[in-house]
Amino acid sequence: MDLPTPRGPLTETLFSSLRSGDDFFAVLTTLVDAQPDDAALALWTLHQLHYRDLTAVPDDLEWDPQLLRVRARLERDLEQRLRSRFSAPAGLSFVADFFDWVAEHDGASIAAHVHRDATREQVLELTRMRSIYHLMESDPTAWVVPRLGVRAKAGLMELLFDEYGAGDPNRLHHRLYARGMEASGLDASYGAYIDEVPLEILEQNNAQSVFGLHRRLRGAALGHLAAFEATSSLPSSRMVQGLERLGFPQEFVDYYAEHVEADAVHEQLAVHVICGGLLAEDPQLEADLWFGAFTALDLEDRVARSVLARWRDEEAA
Amino acid sequence: MTYEHPEAIVCPGGPLLIRGNHAVEDPDGVPHGTTRPVSAVCRCLKSGSLPWCDGTHKVLPKEQRPS
Repeated sequence: MDLPTPRGPLTETLFSSLRSGDDFFAVLTTLVDAQPDDAALALWTLHQLHYRDLTAVPDDLEWDPQLLRVRARLERDLEQRLRSRFSAPAGLSFVADFFDWVAEHDGASIAAHVHRDATREQVLELTRMRSIYHLMESDPTAWVVPRLGVRAKAGLMELLFDEYGAGDPNRLHHRLYARGMEASGLDASYGAYIDEVPLEILEQNNAQSVFGLHRRLRGAALGHLAAFEATSSLPSSRMVQGLERLGFPQEFVDYYAEHVEADAVHEQLAVHVICGGLLAEDPQLEADLWFGAFTALDLEDRVARSVLARWRDEEAA
Repeated sequence: MTYEHPEAIVCPGGPLLIRGNHAVEDPDGVPHGTTRPVSAVCRCLKSGSLPWCDGTHKVLPKEQRPS
């Protein structure tokens, strides 16, 4: 993947250091005053070192101590901001009360707009922006597997096995999204559209990588997974109908159709088997399950509000 | 110790999860084979993809959800 276009002094300094492989001290000095968009893109790019090749960037920088220090500062700031928006629900049981809690916290919905009102151009734009996650779907959660006890680990593997196609590369979910993109005339190589991705979607992706990469945050990672799966089936149905309304190719409709039934399974597995198993082994992680679940809903609500507001303004202009 | 690993899990208010390969009949008696490692069988009978769950139970009034 090519490095993105810088969004400020931090990413300008960071990207030139990544190419030259040195002078990371200068990156630290630009951290302090970095604007949110600049900081989010820097963190997203540093996480990419753990996932894939970056053009002209040496592979061994993945574990460079100076870069890890930059990453840690950016991650700490992000986690603090996410935690400052969260208050733990009182008197609720994660396993027994989760679905009712999600229903009460459902936010703005892009799928509802795609279902009835979106234009073809809006859906293509959404597809490009969402590709930053869907072309690596489940990868951040896979980091969590070795950090779990027996019950939660077996449960998470049961879910991920399905996400990754149950052994069939043609059914692997991020491959289904790539096929949908290609059939719709889009470039399905990872990161092709990163320059179009707004702050809210960068943060949504960064939160998942932070939760996945830190053993300390395994509860948040699994709470996030549960909320993500629990808000997927019904919106995916709406996406199916919206894409059919706009005449999108069957390959792309198939991606969302697969998620209607898959996520109706996954949401139950996530809550009853995975999070229930985690709590049986690590009961003190219940607060972090709620933190992760809240963060998933909160970040998606912020993404939806931002994207829908911009489309409303463009339509009004 | 041996962990519980049931072939079927009843989800309160939601579907029945079944592990492994099975044929499940829809309300017209037509059998449908499972296609994934774990499948969710609709119990509210309001799903748009019977016999499989599609999450519809979540928008039903509580008294109409399966117990």
